[in-house]
Amino acid sequence: MMIRIDLSGLRRTKWHDYAIRFLFGGLITAAAGLVAQRWGPSIGGLFLAFPAIFPASATLVEKHEKQRKNRAGLQGPMRGREAAALEAAGAALGCIGLAGFAFVIWQLVGVYETWIVLGGAGLLWLGISGLCWRILKLS
Amino acid sequence: MSFTQAETQLALINMTETFIRFVVGGLFVSAFAVLGDVLKPKSFAGLFGAAPSVALATLTLSIHSRGHDFAADEARSMIFGAIAFFVYACAVCRLIMRYKLPASIVASAAIVIWLAVAFTLETVIGR
Repeated sequence: MMIRIDLSGLRRTKWHDYAIRFLFGGLITAAAGLVAQRWGPSIGGLFLAFPAIFPASATLVEKHEKQRKNRAGLQGPMRGREAAALEAAGAALGCIGLAGFAFVIWQLVGVYETWIVLGGAGLLWLGISGLCWRILKLS
Repeated sequence: MSFTQAETQLALINMTETFIRFVVGGLFVSAFAVLGDVLKPKSFAGLFGAAPSVALATLTLSIHSRGHDFAADEARSMIFGAIAFFVYACAVCRLIMRYKLPASIVASAAIVIWLAVAFTLETVIGR
């Protein structure tokens, strides 16, 4: 299956959905900083992989799919749940990449330029996650 | 400068840093979320549910304000957070499919799984 860009997804998302994601993302980033300041980087670091916006995203995916299938006269609630479960499965694969991202930064920060380490770790996240997705698709 | 003034200034710096973290984190998370919205198929877009958005924002600011060692410690613990996220995401997927529960309830309630796994790993292996 080919990976493609579908801009219609942007039209389905309401402005308050974007606002909620911004709010959750901002809050968890600020909270991670405060936790690290109060209890140290070991505890604060845990929250760098906190599923901050996942509940909001899964709910949104479920809602959109439900509406779409209802309009087509199909079982909306059931299809909505399946789409959300698929979103969770994708996120699980993304977590493997997330661990790789963290490992690279742990080992290489301070060794190379910051932008190289962060950029390289970001690309590694995409590479590992994409590869896991591809392997799962082929199997 | 009196002690009270110094304390006030420190509190102001902390507040400013927290505000910057809020804005930068919000922007990073929103950017990755938009990418997840426009990419197809859904299973691939789901990868962006575990994008390193909060981590990129936080680590950039941590390196800038607290140095490389602090950021390296955060990144080390983040590995445990990522393992906990993996367990959480698998549990959410399984609970939705097996018990036909609404995603909104499952994804929110299962946060306790993330907390339990992350703090157990940090306590047992991290210290």
